[in-house]
Amino acid sequence: MALPKAKEDALAARLAALPALSGKGWLAAARAEALARLQAMGLPARRDEYWRYTDPASLNAPEPLPAQRFDVTDEAAPFDGMDRLKIVFVDGVFDAAASDDLALAGVSIERLATTGDTDIHWAQGLYGTLEARGQTPVPRPLAALNSAFATDGVLIHVTGRAAKPISLVYIHKSETSDAILHHCVKLGPGAELTLLENGPAAARFSKVMEVDIADGASFHHIRIQGRDHERRAVTHLFARLGAKSELRSFTLTANGRLTRNEAVVELTGDEGRAHLAGATVGDGEFHHDDTVFITHAAVACESRQVFKKVLMNGATGVFQGKILVKPGAQKTDGYQISQSLLLDEDSQFLAKPELEIYADDVKCSHGSTSGAIDETALFYLQSRGVPRRRAQALLVLAFLAEAIEEIADEAIAEDIRARLERWLARHGSR
Amino acid sequence: MLEIRNLHVKLEEEDKVILRGVDLTIGAGEVHAIMGPNGSGKSTLSYVLAGRDGYEVTEGSARLEGRELLDMEPEERAAAGLFLAFQYPVEIPGVGNMTFLRTAVNAQRKARGEEELSAGDFLKVVREKARTLKIDAEMLKRPVNVGFSGGEKKRNEILQMAMLEPRMCILDETDSGLDVDAMKLVADGVNALRSDDRSFLVITHYQRLLDHIKPDVVHIMAAGRIIRTGGPELALEVENNGYADILGEVG
Repeated sequence: MALPKAKEDALAARLAALPALSGKGWLAAARAEALARLQAMGLPARRDEYWRYTDPASLNAPEPLPAQRFDVTDEAAPFDGMDRLKIVFVDGVFDAAASDDLALAGVSIERLATTGDTDIHWAQGLYGTLEARGQTPVPRPLAALNSAFATDGVLIHVTGRAAKPISLVYIHKSETSDAILHHCVKLGPGAELTLLENGPAAARFSKVMEVDIADGASFHHIRIQGRDHERRAVTHLFARLGAKSELRSFTLTANGRLTRNEAVVELTGDEGRAHLAGATVGDGEFHHDDTVFITHAAVACESRQVFKKVLMNGATGVFQGKILVKPGAQKTDGYQISQSLLLDEDSQFLAKPELEIYADDVKCSHGSTSGAIDETALFYLQSRGVPRRRAQALLVLAFLAEAIEEIADEAIAEDIRARLERWLARHGSR
Repeated sequence: MLEIRNLHVKLEEEDKVILRGVDLTIGAGEVHAIMGPNGSGKSTLSYVLAGRDGYEVTEGSARLEGRELLDMEPEERAAAGLFLAFQYPVEIPGVGNMTFLRTAVNAQRKARGEEELSAGDFLKVVREKARTLKIDAEMLKRPVNVGFSGGEKKRNEILQMAMLEPRMCILDETDSGLDVDAMKLVADGVNALRSDDRSFLVITHYQRLLDHIKPDVVHIMAAGRIIRTGGPELALEVENNGYADILGEVG
C-alpha cells in the first residue's frame, strides 16, 4: 500500500539527511530489510493511534533541534564507584579511551561498528529480528529507522553469569548531535546480566535494544536518563523471554525536553517474568511518554508494569500500556499501574491502559490515576515541624516508591532515592 | 505560655464565622480543658493554632511564649514548641513511621539551631518511649498510621509528642474512638509528660478523659466563644446535666 503523500514527503526528507547505507557484510542485509519496513510504514504522525499524545515532529525532522549540554557538577555520575565494565559513547561515538577493555568472563562484547562487515555473526539472528516482530500489531517506524541507520552499538552475548554489570554511559557534548545506537543482548540458557545505562547521549538520541533471554536466564536493566537537559530521545526495548526467564527493567527520567520510551516484550516460554518500571520527574518544558506492549504467549507468566510520574510547572506525562494475553496463555498474571502526581494545575497526564485477553484462566489488573499531593498529609508533616518543601519531597518519594522497589539492587535503589530527593529539593512548586 | 486574645476566625471558602472572640490564657505547667457541644468551634481553634489552611483570622492574636503564632508557617509553630495531637491522625502510605519521626525530630532541632540526632541515638530514645506506650517495633516500621487501629493511631500521636518534647500540647478529641483501656494508656502517656514548663490544652466532648488527665481549669465553649470557665467541677456539671443547662443559663 502506498504511503499518503505527507508521509512520503516527510520520509524522503529524513532519508535524504541520513548517510548512505554501507554495502557489505551481515549488517547490510539487516539494514536493507529495516529500510524496507520503514518505507512501508512511513514516519509516525500525530494521527497514528499511538502518537496522539506525543508529537513526533522533532524526532522525525531531518535535523535535530539544538540542545544545550548540561554539565552536572553537584553530584557524582550514576553508578560511579560501582564495580562495572564501562563503555562510553560521546554524542553516539564510541570513546575507547574512556571505556574499559571489552573483556568480561562469560560474556562476549563487541561493537556493531567493527563487526558489521563480517559475513557471519551471532547477532545476525537478533539484529532487527525482534524489532521486526514488534512491528505488529503496532507499527514502530522510528525503531525500523534505527535498525537501518544505527552507526554503532554493542553486541553482548552472555553464556554464564556476568561477573559484573555492563554500564553504558552516554555523554552529550555537541549541541547539535544526532545519535543512533543499536544494541543486541543475547542471554544463553541460565545466563545472568545486569545492564546499566545512563546519560542524555546527544541533542537527539535514538536507541534500540533487542534482548533475547533464553530459558532460565535473567536480565536486569537499570537506566537513568540524564538529569536537567534539553535532549530529545526515542528509545525502544524489544525483549523475548524464554521459559522461567526473567526481565527486570527500571528507568529513571529526570527532565529532558522529550522522551519516548517504548518497551515491547514477548513472553514466549512458560513461567517467564517481566517487570517494567519507571519513575519520572518533570519540571516545566517536559514531555515524557512510556509506551509499553506486553504479550503473554505462554502459560503461567507474570508481568508487571509500574509507571509513576511526578509533573510540575506545565510538564506532560503519557502512558500507553497494553497487556495482550494470547489464546492458551492460561494462568497469566498481569499487573499494570500508571499514576501521576500533578504538583500544579498546569501539568497533565494522559493515559491509555489496555487489556486484550484471549484466555479464560488469567488474572489481569490495571489501574491509572492522576492526582494532586495530599494536602492533609502535607499539613500533618508540617505540623510536626517538617518544612513544606521537605514534606512534599517525602510524599513524592512515597508516591514513587512502588516503582523504585522494582529495582533488585538495594544500593542502586538507595542511590536513586537520594538523587530524586536532591532533584526535588532543587525543583518544586511553591 | 499560650495567650489567645479576641480570636475571630471564618472559613476561607465561605462566609461562615466559626470563632467569635476567643480569649484564653494558659500558664506554664497548667492543664486546661475545653469542652463544648458539636460545632462550637473547638477543633477549629486547634487547627487555627496549628496553622492549617482554609481558615481566615479576621481579628485577634495567639501568642506562644510571647511570639505571635498566627504569622508563622505550621512547621515554624512546631519548632516554636506547639504540638497538636490530631483527632484523626493522617495515614501516609509509603512513609515509614520511623523515618517520619526522625525527620520531624531532626527538622525541629535544625530549626532551633541544635545538632541533629544520630541514627543510633534516635533509635535508642524512640524504642524506650515506644515501650512505655506499648508500641511495638513492627508499628514503628509500618507506614505512618496505615492499617493502625484507632487506639494505635492515638498512641502514635502521643509517641510523637514524647519525641518532639513540645512546650504547648493541644489534644484534639484524643479520647474519640478509644475504649477504656486504650484511653488509660493514652492518658498515662500524657500524664508522664506533664511538667512545670509544659502546658496542655485538652479538647474533649466528654468528661471521661478528664478522669484520667486531671485539668486545672475547664472552659466551656459554645458558638465560637468561651462562655464559662471554672475548675474540674465544671466538667462534672456537664457530665451530670449536659450542655443544655449551661447554654441556657448564658443564652
